[in-house]
Amino acid sequence: MSTHSEELNSEPTHHEHHVVGPKVYLVIFGTLLMFTAITVAASYMELYVFNAIVALAIACIKAVLVILFFMHIKYSSRLTKLTVAAGFFTFFVLITMTMTDYISRAWGLW
Amino acid sequence: MIATPPAHVQEHSTHEHPAHLRHHFASVEQQRESASFGMWLFLLTEIMFFGGMFAAYLIYRNWYYPAFVVGSHQLSIFLGTFNTAVLICSSFTMAMGVYSAEMKRRKALIGWLLATIFLGLVFLGVKADEYHEKWEKHHVPGLNFSTQDFTHPTDKEPPLPADMAAKTQVYFSLYFAMTGMHALHMVIGISILVILVVQAWAGAYTQGHMTTIENFGLYWHFVDIVWIFLFPLLYLISRHQ
Repeated sequence: MSTHSEELNSEPTHHEHHVVGPKVYLVIFGTLLMFTAITVAASYMELYVFNAIVALAIACIKAVLVILFFMHIKYSSRLTKLTVAAGFFTFFVLITMTMTDYISRAWGLW
Repeated sequence: MIATPPAHVQEHSTHEHPAHLRHHFASVEQQRESASFGMWLFLLTEIMFFGGMFAAYLIYRNWYYPAFVVGSHQLSIFLGTFNTAVLICSSFTMAMGVYSAEMKRRKALIGWLLATIFLGLVFLGVKADEYHEKWEKHHVPGLNFSTQDFTHPTDKEPPLPADMAAKTQVYFSLYFAMTGMHALHMVIGISILVILVVQAWAGAYTQGHMTTIENFGLYWHFVDIVWIFLFPLLYLISRHQ
């Protein structure tokens, strides 16, 4: 029986269950509201090409906070972390390959 | 004639395990991990589903940039910000619900779930008000659309040539497709929440087994993340012009 549980412990799916408490949730909650205020304020400033970049960067930070803490990925097993990473990597491929195509269609014709 | 009990019943006499542990799992931890893994696989398909619409939005925004700028100016930044705050609050209440289930506090769990339902309904109410305004302004492509506001603007917006003004329909189509699919996810989420409250009332999730609550939490936070990206893309990034 002991070898059996040792086997389980060494698997990448194994992790000690971690309860995330209200303090962490409150801090993340406040941070998310703060970033919402910042992104609205930044959208009224004339930053030219950086308006979209700032808005999307803040959205990415907010999404990462939600994933890490509200969705407990910071405290998850390696398998779950890899799964989430694979999902966003595939999404990244979708966007970059599509945009690469559209940007290069008329390459040199302008 | 006495039938031999099945193997798993025989096993019960030799070992103890929580009633909610299914026999094909070695431990409660493994069962929990498998459920979470399965939920995340579902969420990956959701990422790609919304990802396709985000990709379409990026491409059309590059093609019909002036139409997308004036189109986004038609949205109320106040209502968008308000709804973003409401959704973030609902993510917080949902996270607290998961925590309450973890702590086996039945009343707290029910309270946080009800708060999440309430905030979800507030979001949908504001969204419905925004849709209604679009209808009144004839900004609903295919059903009730006029380019009048864009070819002959009454506010400070620069007038668009007729062909570009027609492309505001692409913006509003994507607006309705993306926020509509997001709202549908909210409606489904609230429906499931109602069932969860009924089951939590009977004490289903406060006796150690709370995988359903945890996985629903993942779904609800995912829907929040979709809105976290919809809000800047639809409401904000052309606001400075």
